[in-house]
Amino acid sequence: MNPFDIPIQALLGQLLIGLVNGSFYAMLSLGLAVIFGLLGIVNFAHGALYMMGAFGAWILMDRFGLNYWYALLLVPLMIGALGVVIERIFLKRLYKLDPLYGLLLTFGLALIAEGIFRDQYGVSGQSYNVPDALQGATDLGFMVLPNYRAWVVLASLSTCLGTWFVIERTRLGATLRAATENPQMVQAFGINVPVMVMLTYGAGAALAALAGVLAAPVIQVTPLMGSNIIIVVFAVVVIGGMGSILGSVLTGLALGLIEGLTRVIYPEASNIVVFVIMAIVLVLRPAGLFGKEH
Amino acid sequence: MAPAMESVVSIRGLNAWYGESHILHGVDLDVRKGEVVTLLGRNGAGRTTTLRAMMGLTGARTGSINVNGMETIQFAPHRVARLGIGYCPEERGIFASLTAEENLMLPPRLSSSVGGEPVQAMSVAEIYAMFPNLQERAHSPGTRLSGGEQQMLAVARILRTGARLLLLDEISEGLAPVIVQKLAEVILTLKRSGYTILLVEQNFRFAAPLADRFYVMEHGKVVLEFAQAQLPAHMNTLNELLGV
Ligand SMILES: Nc1ncnc2c1ncn2[C@@H]1O[C@H](COP(=O)(O)OP(=O)(O)O)[C@@H](O)[C@H]1O
Ligand SMILES: [Mg+2]
Repeated sequence: MNPFDIPIQALLGQLLIGLVNGSFYAMLSLGLAVIFGLLGIVNFAHGALYMMGAFGAWILMDRFGLNYWYALLLVPLMIGALGVVIERIFLKRLYKLDPLYGLLLTFGLALIAEGIFRDQYGVSGQSYNVPDALQGATDLGFMVLPNYRAWVVLASLSTCLGTWFVIERTRLGATLRAATENPQMVQAFGINVPVMVMLTYGAGAALAALAGVLAAPVIQVTPLMGSNIIIVVFAVVVIGGMGSILGSVLTGLALGLIEGLTRVIYPEASNIVVFVIMAIVLVLRPAGLFGKEH
Repeated sequence: MAPAMESVVSIRGLNAWYGESHILHGVDLDVRKGEVVTLLGRNGAGRTTTLRAMMGLTGARTGSINVNGMETIQFAPHRVARLGIGYCPEERGIFASLTAEENLMLPPRLSSSVGGEPVQAMSVAEIYAMFPNLQERAHSPGTRLSGGEQQMLAVARILRTGARLLLLDEISEGLAPVIVQKLAEVILTLKRSGYTILLVEQNFRFAAPLADRFYVMEHGKVVLEFAQAQLPAHMNTLNELLGV
């Protein structure tokens, strides 16, 4: 297909879907980067936490009749608490070991979670309705913008921006950055670093769950949704580099858009374009676009 | 031996390890309230390890470390710090991802009373009056500061918390004479306002006029202890032990 024949509507539509996916990539890679920075753990369970976020929303609706807005608040809290428990029981034993152990352990936890949800709910997937207040679409003149997608982009960008602000501009964030550099020194100043590490993992888990709740109405809620997205998110992290919060957010959004664009221009490549970019970045800039060379 | 009544720190039979390496072999040491005590020794004698063991930053420890009447040998580092100890490490520990001012504000202030005494912390204004350079560099990344500025920042940082017992590791190391002079004045000012200071030094000329008492370490043990007044009598031994 000649790229110049593409109708502008289709292009904008795909770019919007790309932006929505990019928002999820951004939220997930942000959490991964913060967790890796402080805990030195490559959190392979991140996709499972995202999946449980989406299922959490669905279960609250299905079993307890609690709507989307409750889910948006309650599910991140619950998955955040689960994250705290995981950190206390498993992860805190691994900090002195090679990072490979953390990767294997979280990978195992992800498989267990996935297995449990498969057993309970099958793989075909559940659908979750768009909340009433966000039904419908707005005609912008040049395109029709589904309200829920606009909300997802807005909500995730605000979350990312809020997280960036806390980390880069507040005292709490300064403590977190310092502990990422030298946890022993920070603890010798009287700060309870082990508790901080625990809460950080909880916050990263909550962020993944929030992404899952936001995603529930635009995808099929299935036990496999976590492993499907996490591979792409890891590619995003490799491309962006672990160095910077803003870097992982921008990389996530940009790669979502590039995927969307590829779906219009050359749909066959849309599932691999991220990995092609990853390979190129690895050759040219092994530490990633925003990473610091060591 | 019972610790002297006014001892702020009383260390008995302290052993410390890094992994398998046994570094401290039964250190005994006292620091009394308001004293400046200097820990001398050749490189590798175990002075830094002694301070790190006090903070809970080594591997395994045995023996006794009493701070303000409390046994701290089992304490995690943050609990030691909260007893009112300010630790300035040999490598200075300035954070690159924090501005100078964020570095200064990083250690939390101590709660209102420590060991039954009200905490009197230095205000940021007082700190900037003592170290005017730090105010000029407030918004630069911490590690962009010059070596001297970083050292002043590392000292200033622990004064803001209200800690009254300072552990200072080689603060004069590698600095220009005028900055070393400035740091000596700071120590004297702090001493006059009642701080208790344990100073690890390589630079004997810097430490000699400041200290009330001296300890000399060798191979992870204290081998000599004497007061300021006995300094002249010990010069020959010191020459042998330190090569000063
Ligand atoms: N992290 C460490 N791991 C293993 N050995 C160490 C470590 N740090 C210091 N040492 C060893 O402990 C001994 C004492 O070192 P240190 O306390 O730094 O001496 P000083 O401060 O008096 O120069 C030295 O032999 C040194 O090699
Ligand atoms: Mg030393």
